[in-house]
Amino acid sequence: MSDREDEREPPYLYPDYVGTRLRAPAKPLVHLPDGFHDFPAPLFPRAIAELDHDLTRQHAAEPIGERIIVTGRVLDSDGRPVRNTIVEIWQANAAGRYLDQDDQHPAPLDPNFSGGGRCLTDDEGRYRFITIKPGAYPWKNHRNAWRPAHIHFSLFGTEFRSRLVTQMYFPGDPLMPRDPILQSIPDQAGRERLVSQFDPQATIPEWALAYQWDIVLRGPAATPFEDKA
Amino acid sequence: MSGSLTPSQTVGPFFGVGLPFEKGEEIAQPGSAATIRVEGQVLDGNGDPVPDALLEIWQPDDRGRYGTVADGQATGFGRCRTDTEGAFSFITVKPGATPAPDGRAQAPHLNVTVFARGLLRHLVTRMYFPDEPEANATDPVLILVDPSRRATLMAKNCGGVLHFDIRLQGERETVFFAI
Repeated sequence: MSDREDEREPPYLYPDYVGTRLRAPAKPLVHLPDGFHDFPAPLFPRAIAELDHDLTRQHAAEPIGERIIVTGRVLDSDGRPVRNTIVEIWQANAAGRYLDQDDQHPAPLDPNFSGGGRCLTDDEGRYRFITIKPGAYPWKNHRNAWRPAHIHFSLFGTEFRSRLVTQMYFPGDPLMPRDPILQSIPDQAGRERLVSQFDPQATIPEWALAYQWDIVLRGPAATPFEDKA
Repeated sequence: MSGSLTPSQTVGPFFGVGLPFEKGEEIAQPGSAATIRVEGQVLDGNGDPVPDALLEIWQPDDRGRYGTVADGQATGFGRCRTDTEGAFSFITVKPGATPAPDGRAQAPHLNVTVFARGLLRHLVTRMYFPDEPEANATDPVLILVDPSRRATLMAKNCGGVLHFDIRLQGERETVFFAI
């Protein structure tokens, strides 16, 4: 990663996010010469099922909550679509509770919501999920700390260095300026890259609201000969 | 251009509903003579186990090729979350040597990626094999690492199981690579 790219990413140690204090490496990362990480991204060894993108249809009935469509494009750093790449998401339910034995937030679980989904991008790099809007939840990082509503995303892209795990936020959430995880990103433009936009075009009338969020992955490392064909 | 890249955020503690998949730790089908077992523990700066990390391995096949599909399923990619003791394990095959960008041979190694609550970005390291002393001695990546820290990248053979601990911080901190 170039130093300029590096400045856009959160640091490993960000003391306001208490969890970084004992987990951030203290020694500098070792930089390798160009090319050592230029190998293809992992191939995911499992198939995607037809309904894996619809988190509202994994149980006998529909989950409680505000039904939403989350869609956008996955692009490389030259703006080209990343096709046929797996997008994995997970999230809390509408009450802000994860289906996870370690989640002790005393909010109700929803028997009709697990909160995990997968899909593949199409030829334009587009992904699309149907889900419910996740709730905010407290997380004990500091007194009365609440995470803004968010959906976790995991992406592979085309090469090893494209790998990205991140979070998508919702526009206008008053918890965002108080959230050390989002605020760990050093510049405002970078933080705004993680905020989705309300997308009236993608809504389904009388059925679901929609949010749009594009994702730009690192790589390819150099493209001096692109379009040579 | 880099201004438009989507920044990283932590995987958080609750990825269990989204990322692990059945038999994710079986990069190769167990039982065949060629399979190896890799075990280890993820530890924090106090030396305490990290019970909520997710590890991914991405490796070439036994001939040094990335992305070949074997058994109709195995691709060289595996995923394992740590347990309450911070422990993980993978079943795989020893990869072949791969060429460096300049054509030199790299010693066989596994690419290991670490995600966890408290890691705002993932970490990348390499696990090398203890039965490759000659290849390791000339490996173009290992020779860039401070000799006093190279041991953190070397698995130990413990009765046929390869043991590889990952220390996120502290005195014997694992070497991580910028990507």
